[in-house]
Amino acid sequence: MDLDEINRLIELMNKNDLLEVELVEDAKKIRLKKKYDGGMRMMPAMTAPMVASSGQPVQGTATSQPAAQPAGTIAIKSPMVGTFYRAANPEAAHYVEEGDTVGKDTTVCMIEAMKVFNEIKAEMDGVIAAILVENGQSVEYGQPLFLVKPS
Amino acid sequence: MFSKILIANRGEIALRIIRACREMGIQCVCIYSDADRGAPYLDLADQAICIGPAPSAKSYLDISRIMSAAEIADVDAIHPGYGFLSENAHFAEVCRSSGISFIGPSPEAIRLLGNKASAREVAGRVGVPMLPGVKDCVESEEQAVEIANGIGYPVIVKAAAGGGGRGMRVAHNEIALVQGYLQARSEAAIAFKDDSVYVEKYLERPRHVEIQMIVDQHGSYVYCGERDCSLQRRHQKLVEEAPSPIMTPDLRKRMGDAALTLAKAAKYTTAGTCEFLVDAKNNFYFMEVNTRIQVEHPVSELVTRTDLIRAQIMAAAGERLPFTQADVEVRGHAIECRINAEDPDNDFRPCPGKITRVFIPGGPGVRWDSHIEAGYTIPPTYDSMVGKLLVFAPDRMQAITRMKRALTELRIEGVKTTTPLHLRIMNDKRFIDGTVHTSYIEKELLGK
Repeated sequence: MDLDEINRLIELMNKNDLLEVELVEDAKKIRLKKKYDGGMRMMPAMTAPMVASSGQPVQGTATSQPAAQPAGTIAIKSPMVGTFYRAANPEAAHYVEEGDTVGKDTTVCMIEAMKVFNEIKAEMDGVIAAILVENGQSVEYGQPLFLVKPS
Repeated sequence: MFSKILIANRGEIALRIIRACREMGIQCVCIYSDADRGAPYLDLADQAICIGPAPSAKSYLDISRIMSAAEIADVDAIHPGYGFLSENAHFAEVCRSSGISFIGPSPEAIRLLGNKASAREVAGRVGVPMLPGVKDCVESEEQAVEIANGIGYPVIVKAAAGGGGRGMRVAHNEIALVQGYLQARSEAAIAFKDDSVYVEKYLERPRHVEIQMIVDQHGSYVYCGERDCSLQRRHQKLVEEAPSPIMTPDLRKRMGDAALTLAKAAKYTTAGTCEFLVDAKNNFYFMEVNTRIQVEHPVSELVTRTDLIRAQIMAAAGERLPFTQADVEVRGHAIECRINAEDPDNDFRPCPGKITRVFIPGGPGVRWDSHIEAGYTIPPTYDSMVGKLLVFAPDRMQAITRMKRALTELRIEGVKTTTPLHLRIMNDKRFIDGTVHTSYIEKELLGK
């Protein structure tokens, strides 16, 4: 199996929107797995950039590449539609950072919708393994926000 | 014109609205629930936002989730489709106070015409023909009997807050009336939390004929002909056609004018449908107004060569209708069959599940409005309609022949559908003769 074939496989994966492909040929085996890409689907060419609170245009989740979901982590998913914030206000410290220990009632982020701010709890015990969205990003219901390594 | 519309609906009507937006150069964003994740029409919108879990109460009926999506997607209008929140005056009001256009009539018009009792009150005031009966709610058995003696049996007791055939009792005599009155009140109390009922004349074997209205905000009121929806089962329409087999140009004009008179009295705008019952002597009686675009709107589009969703969006955006009453001419004949994932041999039990194979009919005069594809799983949480099969032809007989052909071509495998029932209807002598009525399917075709 050479680089050309691997590139063709990657092309095929992209074209058909596949996340994972395993190819076995005689004694050779190759497995290609895409980085985890959750969140809203948008056609990048037609999307107007969404403006986050900092004034910087945020291109939505289509371009963000959160870390691939490693084995043994559980995602904290958004329970609502709204705008994701890492802190209670722009001056405050982030609720959590990577590596922080969280408990069921630990506030991990704020999601704002219709001028109402909602504190989102971890609802599990563990350690924050990854933060999947950016401050000020729009999130949808069910979108993975954090990866937690449960304790 | 709007630059971005949020489609607060799902399935085939969401796809229909996406199509109109595409042709009008308007961006569109589709909301969806967990149950609709991966649905093929979502890719056709510019943006798709998941707003909640499968249950409608936490998704398609949840105003705050929908408004949150509207906010983050920065839309200037919301199209509610049909069903769900399309006739919810409170939702229309929330849109208005959020500075987002609701593609439908004003909350005031929805309230006035959406409630049967108040709609009847307006109809009575402006001289729209109604079935003899008393508009006010009936408070006692004695009063019901007095009214019935005045208008003559048979009569029907109907829930004012009702729909879907519940809270209704027909009576051919006083004993049946007293019993029916008490039963209707208690059924209404349970089903609609409102036990108000009224009594009106009951028509034997009426036809259901409705007028499609489209109104802009510049004072232009137009009706786009009628649809005959007499073929129903449990008050759900199965087949619709235009023109109605019993229609004459004079009757159409009188019914159309009556519908528009009512619309004007309520300051109604955008699209709506005025439903009438027609008796054997072609007398028509106002029933109710549906303050939304309807499932069967393509039937009217085919015989009048109009795009009703486009016109509806234009009207909501404050633009003039792209046609006048004089432009609307009913030509040819159109029939629609609603294809549901139900088992016609097992009391129409819904059959959600995975569609394994689809073959779509085509050729001259065939239109298929549907969101399904092979590999699509019909979620169990919503209605069972999988598609609308429509035909258009120069006359009614050719339309029936064409529908038979199209139904025979249609293949939906993996789930049971009502396609065989529709073929039976298309081959039914009474249907072909045009002599059916609203209880025909249940009492005669299925009763056989």
